[in-house]
Amino acid sequence: MLEALEVSGVATFQDLGRSGYQQYGLPVSGALDWFAYQIVNRLLHNSQNAVVLEIGLGEIVLQAKRDCALAVTGAGFEVQNYVWTFPLWTSFYVRAGWTVRIKKIGGGNWAYLGIAGGFKTPQVLGSASAYLRGGMGRLIQAGDILESGTPSAELSKLVARNFAPQAAMPYSQTPTLGVIPGPQRARFNHTFFETEYTVSQSFDRMGYRLAGPAVQALDQTELISEGMTTGSIQITPQGQPIVMLADAPTTGGYPKIANVITADLPILAQCEAGISRIRFKEVSLEEAQAKYKALAQTAAKPC
Amino acid sequence: MFKPLGDAAMLVELGQQIDPLINQRVHALNFLLRAVAGIIETVPGYCTLLIHYDALNYSFDQIKVIVEEKMNQLGEMHPETGRRLEVPTRYGNASNSDIGLVAAAKNISIADVIRIHAEKEYRVYMMGFTPGFPYLGILDERLKMPRLPTPRNQTQAGSVAIAGLQTGIYPLASPGGWHVIGWTALKLFDPNNTAPFLFAPNDVVKFIPLDAADA
Repeated sequence: MLEALEVSGVATFQDLGRSGYQQYGLPVSGALDWFAYQIVNRLLHNSQNAVVLEIGLGEIVLQAKRDCALAVTGAGFEVQNYVWTFPLWTSFYVRAGWTVRIKKIGGGNWAYLGIAGGFKTPQVLGSASAYLRGGMGRLIQAGDILESGTPSAELSKLVARNFAPQAAMPYSQTPTLGVIPGPQRARFNHTFFETEYTVSQSFDRMGYRLAGPAVQALDQTELISEGMTTGSIQITPQGQPIVMLADAPTTGGYPKIANVITADLPILAQCEAGISRIRFKEVSLEEAQAKYKALAQTAAKPC
Repeated sequence: MFKPLGDAAMLVELGQQIDPLINQRVHALNFLLRAVAGIIETVPGYCTLLIHYDALNYSFDQIKVIVEEKMNQLGEMHPETGRRLEVPTRYGNASNSDIGLVAAAKNISIADVIRIHAEKEYRVYMMGFTPGFPYLGILDERLKMPRLPTPRNQTQAGSVAIAGLQTGIYPLASPGGWHVIGWTALKLFDPNNTAPFLFAPNDVVKFIPLDAADA
């Protein structure tokens, strides 16, 4: 059990998300960086769908109300526990009364705080993931008590475990992200695949607007609205790409030039506004699925 | 016809236009794909069906074989419609109502706008935009309006609105680019209800104008 002492930025509970309701217009939600989410639970031997705290755009200070085991994954943050500073991707012991500060230092957008036993929070429609626009869950505020479930083992057995993410997930601010051409790829010229983009200041859990050269549409016919998915890259009538993420609408009316592959979505999620330099490279469906499978296997191995 | 949308979804294109018969095929295919192993969930569009599949255990081609098999059964299917729902509507009563603007643009009276909008039965062609938002068609040509030049920052929940040959109802207060002509007190989305969504794709909807006295 933890108490939030200070919160700046955005902190929400997330899990694997809410499936089965997309045909009613309800997005899946869940962690933006699916890999960091899975590993933080793996480090603590939690269930695969355990609830974690997603932290972005600032920092959070928490105080342990009783002894617990924590881990933080993601990119762009550091952890100060009692008198030590920890890197991410490590589980550690926190005594009752100690404070833990999770602080943005740059090089990423989102941190995932896991606790042995998972956070306990009510589920709505089968998931604890916050979806603020739909009135589900809420922002964590100073003074909130964050309850947790029963750890799967003695705390001493769950701490000092670590995972080196770089081999599996090469987080970078200058990545080349794999994409699969979208259903309306033929409407556009090659600009999108040949130039660099950064994340604009307009980014949130719904999606990231990219800043860079406008993408010319050769065919301006209005698209009839259709379903889209996490990673879909829509091109606005002004030629601006928007990558749809966890809280994005389930359908859209702008043409989709491409889709970021599942394996590279965590890298995109951690690309910072104005700093990142992103290129997109076409990959085959077989290559994308093989990469996703390999990562899912890595995430399923005990740490 | 079968296009990948990323590495875990397949877009099935059944046509290229907003057409009741094409949309019925979308819903019929959606019905046949319920509870099929490998398919996680589906999203009907006007003339497409998006299939989210389990990419860790199924290839695109395996899913394609399953979908093609179901499509072969479509010809024999009697097109079913969903439930028939009535929507009591106070026309012209929403904050920021555009009903006067619509009447002026179409050179008809406000009473005509209400009569034309309420006399037809609509089908839920698809849902999206925000949770519980029904895209209803097909609106009478006489009410065809473009989207607002600049979307409103806030359209209140329950607003009944039109755009092109579509009409819809805003479940939540949200930005919106459609012309608002009325308001309903019905709740379209309540996450804490056991039936969180009022509408489902393929339902049939009829607007019932309320007199000012009922309002």
